[in-house]
Amino acid sequence: MISNKLLKNMTIYFVVLLIIAIAFTGIGCVDKENTEDTDISQTSSITIKGSDTVLPLSQAESEDFMYANPYKSITVIGGGSGVGIAALIDGEVEIAMASREMKGSEIEKAQANGINPVETVIAWDGIAVVVNPENPIKQLTFEQLKGIYNGSISNWADVGGENRVITVITRDSSSGTYEYFKEEILVEDQYRQDALVQPATGAIVQEIAQNKGAIGYIGYAYLDKSITALEIDSGDGFVDATTENIMSGDYPLARPLLYYTNGEPSGLAKEFIDYVLSSTGQDIVSDVGYFPVM
Amino acid sequence: MSNRYLKEKGIESLLFASGAVAVIALFLLCIFLFRDGILLFSEYPINSFLTATKWYPTAEPAHFGILPLFLGSVIVTIGAVIFSVPLGIAVAIYISELASPKISNVLKPVTEILAGIPSVVYGFFGLVILVPIIQNTLELPTGQTALTGSIMLGIMALPTIISISEDAISSVPRTLKEGSLALGSTKWQTIYKVTVPASLSGISAAVMLGIGRAIGETMTVMMVTGNSAVIPGFPSGLFAPVRTMTATIALEMGEVPQGSDHFHALFAIGSVLFITTFIINIIANYVKKRYRFNL
Amino acid sequence: MFSNAKLNEKIAFTLLKIATGMVVAFVMVILYYIISNGYSVINLEFITSMPRNRMTEGGIFPAIMGTAYLIVGSMAVALPLGILSAIYLNEYAQSGRTTWAIEMAISNLAGTPSVVFGLFGLALFVKYLGFGPSLISASLTLALLILPVIIRASQEALLTVPKEYREASLALGVTKWETIRRVVLPAAIPGMITGAILSIGRVAGETAPILLTGAAYFLPRMPDSIYSQFMALPYHLYVLATSGTNIAQTRPLQYGTALVLLIIVLCVNIVAVSIRSHYRNKIKR
Repeated sequence: MISNKLLKNMTIYFVVLLIIAIAFTGIGCVDKENTEDTDISQTSSITIKGSDTVLPLSQAESEDFMYANPYKSITVIGGGSGVGIAALIDGEVEIAMASREMKGSEIEKAQANGINPVETVIAWDGIAVVVNPENPIKQLTFEQLKGIYNGSISNWADVGGENRVITVITRDSSSGTYEYFKEEILVEDQYRQDALVQPATGAIVQEIAQNKGAIGYIGYAYLDKSITALEIDSGDGFVDATTENIMSGDYPLARPLLYYTNGEPSGLAKEFIDYVLSSTGQDIVSDVGYFPVM
Repeated sequence: MSNRYLKEKGIESLLFASGAVAVIALFLLCIFLFRDGILLFSEYPINSFLTATKWYPTAEPAHFGILPLFLGSVIVTIGAVIFSVPLGIAVAIYISELASPKISNVLKPVTEILAGIPSVVYGFFGLVILVPIIQNTLELPTGQTALTGSIMLGIMALPTIISISEDAISSVPRTLKEGSLALGSTKWQTIYKVTVPASLSGISAAVMLGIGRAIGETMTVMMVTGNSAVIPGFPSGLFAPVRTMTATIALEMGEVPQGSDHFHALFAIGSVLFITTFIINIIANYVKKRYRFNL
Repeated sequence: MFSNAKLNEKIAFTLLKIATGMVVAFVMVILYYIISNGYSVINLEFITSMPRNRMTEGGIFPAIMGTAYLIVGSMAVALPLGILSAIYLNEYAQSGRTTWAIEMAISNLAGTPSVVFGLFGLALFVKYLGFGPSLISASLTLALLILPVIIRASQEALLTVPKEYREASLALGVTKWETIRRVVLPAAIPGMITGAILSIGRVAGETAPILLTGAAYFLPRMPDSIYSQFMALPYHLYVLATSGTNIAQTRPLQYGTALVLLIIVLCVNIVAVSIRSHYRNKIKR
């Protein structure tokens, strides 16, 4: 008898589940039709995807923007510059955020897909080369950095430090910082194979903060007291990674942070980019730890 | 009457269709996995994929050598097995042969908790607690090593090994044990000369399934092993960072451009991973069957 | 000789006890760290509010809801399918090639790594069927992932129903399906529920498949359709622990998220285990 009752309950449960499922599908279908009918530029929701370096900035900007415009929705997703650009090429997002310029091959692919990528500089970033605060090394030249990252230098003693194995840390290959650093420092060489690969910048900071022999590179916004930024020399003398040096252009590892759109930005994407470039938006840029566009 | 018959037949077909879903799912899984995986080889020779020692997916020209990743998976798994198999079997023996029913009724759910903890929680725990401990106690350049991954994976494989071994040991007939005890053997001699050998095939199946679990684990490994794509030495490689096949997929898939070589290379890794676990499953099933016939 | 054997036994048993103690210690240490660091963070606000200030403050409400949606979505698909295939396998199928193929497929699906399911979901649901990275892609992927678990549990539950039940009913002239529906299923349902609940724990904890099929780093709003991306607890924990501009500062949030996830999964397991033992005792009686 009891079991019969249970069976009845289960049947009810099933029916409820089924109704929920159907309801979900219903909602979904309606939504999908809507997005197909209306032009993408007129919808009140856009997606921004890409660089983890730009991510904290886009997130802060979108929070404030949506606070001011409660009926507009901006979704921000990380994953790396390559990821964002790929999504733009596939037509999945309205804005791709990138910490490097699009490669020739990517532009070709975009054009083959009927996408015309347009670039907007929204802020400047400095790449800080960072070590553990207990490391006596305070400066490195580009040559030394290249040696450390391509594998020809493996001990801190070889660059004037204490006798300790260097733990080299990089980002994964979908990161724009990975590509940028490779172009600037390694040029033609490859990253050493035994470099530690971290899935996100936060993880790099974490590892360096507790590893005396570690070296890594991070966006300036991620710099905090648990790690030390090195002075670096590209051939014109050592320059410290400070706000003044990055904004004046003296610091050699400075780069623009970019938004890519399909064609000139329009609709909500334009509204949002205008907001980012406005003085309010550029104040947020400084708050987050990047540098305003002049 | 015929109406009733039709209804019966209809229901049977519906049930059969549901049963077929598993087969269809596996079939589709193979097709979609291999289809994208094989596309890599139109651009990149399969020989280099299997034997090259470098993994530089975004370089020009790109290197897609799976060897370091495959061996990375292998070394982490070996470490996990060394750590968890003796421990798991010991616990299984204790639960089924020594502990009072009351104690084993407590111990079993406690080990099942280990199976319930999500892999990302293990990864978080490993990253925050175990990595610094490994680095400081062994004085390594970094605590993100194959060993760290092995320990975490070993802990994760324990519940599988314990519960299946325990089943196998408990199913050894009482008469067999009593015979041995009657001949004057101690309880321990009975355990290691009679009970364990009699349940050996069940235990082996448990070990195989534990290996399958360890080799396919993703998040935990990605968070604690450092992800350097180098060919690990053995056993020295245990104390250095490695990268597994699973971590590579999760790390790089984010959304590499659809249709690029890199995209296909990640599916090719997925295919290799799938084939590996497929073989392990078949072996485990075979071993398990043998032990059923034995009893 | 005799005393030697006794000594050996003593040493061996001590080692076995130490091993068991170690495993229990692992459980305790992991639970202790997560609970002791996480409990102070958890309050009503943490559970019911949105993340704020670049996810360094605020709560994890959207992640909890995302995980709940995934559970509902994947169970709605996998539960009926799993129970029906178990009924087919145990009550209808004759042993032969087809049955062998189904059994084989189930055991291989059960052993396939979750990240491979993620790749499959990406290729089939996200790309080929065009669902995009979304709740539905992730739910379907997870449904396939837990299908073997549900089938196995339901099969075991059906096996515990005594043969006499079926025979008595069939002897009365009741058809096979009616017998299953009125006699076999009611007796097997507790076991099936246990399997279903255990797989809820699995759905809540999986990260790799949803990482590839639609989990988002941060969303300002709740998903509004099954084609939306979503936040989920395990991925949120991963993101908090590895990304972000100040990981040390958000450490409490990470422990809090880990604890919430752990509580959900463990509660689900405890419920399942107690249902199981409750009905086991009943059957014994």
